[in-house]
Amino acid sequence: MVGYLQGLGARSLGMFERLGRGAVFFINILLCIPSVLVRPRLLVAQLHSVGVLSFSLIVVAGLFVGMVLALQGFYTLSDFGAEGMLGVMVAASLVRELGPVVAALLFAGRAGSALTAEIGLMKATEQLSGMEMMAVDPVARIMAPRFLAGLLSMPILATLFSAVGILGGYFIGVGLLGIDEGGYWSQMQAKIDFNQDIMNGLIKSIVFGWVVTWIAVFEGYDAIPTSEGVSRATTRTVVHSAFAVLLLDFILTALMFGDI
Amino acid sequence: MTENKPLIKIRDVHFSRGSKLIFDGVNMDIQRGKVTAIMGPSGTGKTTLLKLIGGQLRPSKGSIEVDGRDVHKLRHAELYKLRKRMGMLFQSGALLTDISVFDNVAYPLREHTKLPETMIRHLVLMKLQAVGLRGARDLMPSELSGGMARRVALARAIALDPMMIMYDEPFTGQDPISMGVLVQLIKVLNDALGLSSIVVSHDVQETCAIADYVYLVSNGKVVDHGSPADLAQSESQWSQQFMQGMADGPVPFHYAAREYASDLLGVNE
Repeated sequence: MVGYLQGLGARSLGMFERLGRGAVFFINILLCIPSVLVRPRLLVAQLHSVGVLSFSLIVVAGLFVGMVLALQGFYTLSDFGAEGMLGVMVAASLVRELGPVVAALLFAGRAGSALTAEIGLMKATEQLSGMEMMAVDPVARIMAPRFLAGLLSMPILATLFSAVGILGGYFIGVGLLGIDEGGYWSQMQAKIDFNQDIMNGLIKSIVFGWVVTWIAVFEGYDAIPTSEGVSRATTRTVVHSAFAVLLLDFILTALMFGDI
Repeated sequence: MTENKPLIKIRDVHFSRGSKLIFDGVNMDIQRGKVTAIMGPSGTGKTTLLKLIGGQLRPSKGSIEVDGRDVHKLRHAELYKLRKRMGMLFQSGALLTDISVFDNVAYPLREHTKLPETMIRHLVLMKLQAVGLRGARDLMPSELSGGMARRVALARAIALDPMMIMYDEPFTGQDPISMGVLVQLIKVLNDALGLSSIVVSHDVQETCAIADYVYLVSNGKVVDHGSPADLAQSESQWSQQFMQGMADGPVPFHYAAREYASDLLGVNE
C-alpha cells in the first residue's frame, strides 16, 4: 500500500515537474517570437510545412464531415418538417464545434506528430546541441518559428474546414436531397451570428492551435534522444493533444454558450 | 602573461546523472596552443565533460574557467558570446540535415555576422578547402560518408575562427583512410590556426600520435596525466592496461557477479 502511494506520489510529482518545464519552455518561446518576426523567412518555411501541407487533408475531411452532417441532419429535421433549417444546422455545427475540434485533431495527427518527430530527431542527431555550441539558440531558430506557424495556421485551417463542410452540406442537401437552395443559404445567413458563432469558433481554433503546437514542440524538445524516445514522444503528442483539445473544447463551450 | 595561463581550468568538478556519479572531483588544465587528449573507457563521461566545458551542462560542485571566465556563472548572452569562440565537433557531425554542405558551413557566418554573401562564399570555400571538401559543397548531409560529414562539421567549427575546438570521439567508426585524414587535420589545423584542441577519444594510438598532453579518466576521477611518452612509461597498472589495451587488469574482464560455481549450479545466495 505504501509502495503504491509512493508510486502515485512520484508520478504526480513527475507530471507537475514536466508541466512546469513545459510552462518555462513556452515562456522562452514567447520571448523568442520577436526574433522570428525580424526573420520572416523562417516563419514562411514553417507555415508551408505546418499549414500548407495540411491543406488537402483538411479540405477532404471537411467535405466528408459536411456531407455526413447534411445526411444525418436531414433525416432528423424532416421528422419535424424542418428540412429548411438544414443549412443552419450544418453551419452552426461546423462553425461552433466540428470545424475547430476536428481540424485540431487532424492537425495534431498530421502537423503535430511531424513537428515532434522532426525536433526529436534533431535532438537525437545532436543538431540542437550543435546549434547551441554555435551560439545559436535552438528555441529561437527552431521552436519559435514552428510554434508561431502552428498558431497562425490552425484558425485558417479550421475556417477552411468549416467552409468546405458547408459546401459539402450544400451538395448533399440541395443537390441530392432536394431542399431549397435559397433556403439553405438564407436561413444560414439569418441565424448564424458573427460574434456568437463565427468569432467564438475562431477563438476556439486559436486556443487549439496554441495547445496542440505547444505540446508538439515541447514533446520534441523534451524527447529522450533515442529512436524509442522519439517514437514515444510522437505518440504522446497525438494523445495529449487530443485530450487537451476535447477538454478545452468543453471548457470553452461552457464559457461561451453555457448561459444560453 | 595570459599566454602562460591555461586556457581552461577545471577545478574539483562533481557531476551526477540521477543517482549515478559521473565526476567526483576532476581537476584539469588545458594549455593554450596544444592538443590535449582526454581518454578513458567508454561510459566514463568524456563527452559529458565537453558539455560541461561548453556550458550545456552544469556541475553540482566545482568550477570550469574558459579563458579566465567561469562558464557557469555567465549570463545567457555572455555564454553565447563565449561559445562563438569555442568550436565543437560532435561525434555524429551534427550537421543540419535540411541544408547543403555549403549552407551548413555558412550557417554560423550568416547567424553571427553581417558579411555580404560574396564574402561568405569566399570564407566557406576557404574552410572547405582546408578540410579537402570544396568539391562537395553542393551535396546534402545525407549524401556524405561518416568521415566526410565530420570534415564538413570541422569546417563549420572553424568558420568563426574560434580560439579552441573540442573534438568528441573524432575517430570512432572511421575507416583507416578517414581516420588518417582526421588525425592529420586536427594537428594541422591546431598548429596552422593557432588553436587549442581538446580531443576526447578512446583510440589510443591515433590520439597519442597528435596529443601534447593526455588525461586519463576513469570512475569519475583523473587517474593519470602527462605527455604520451610519460604515460607509456607510467607505473600505474590502470594506465598500462588502458594504453596497451589489455583485457584484464584493474578494470576487470568480468562484470561484478556472484561466484561462478554457485551461479552455474543455481544455488540461491
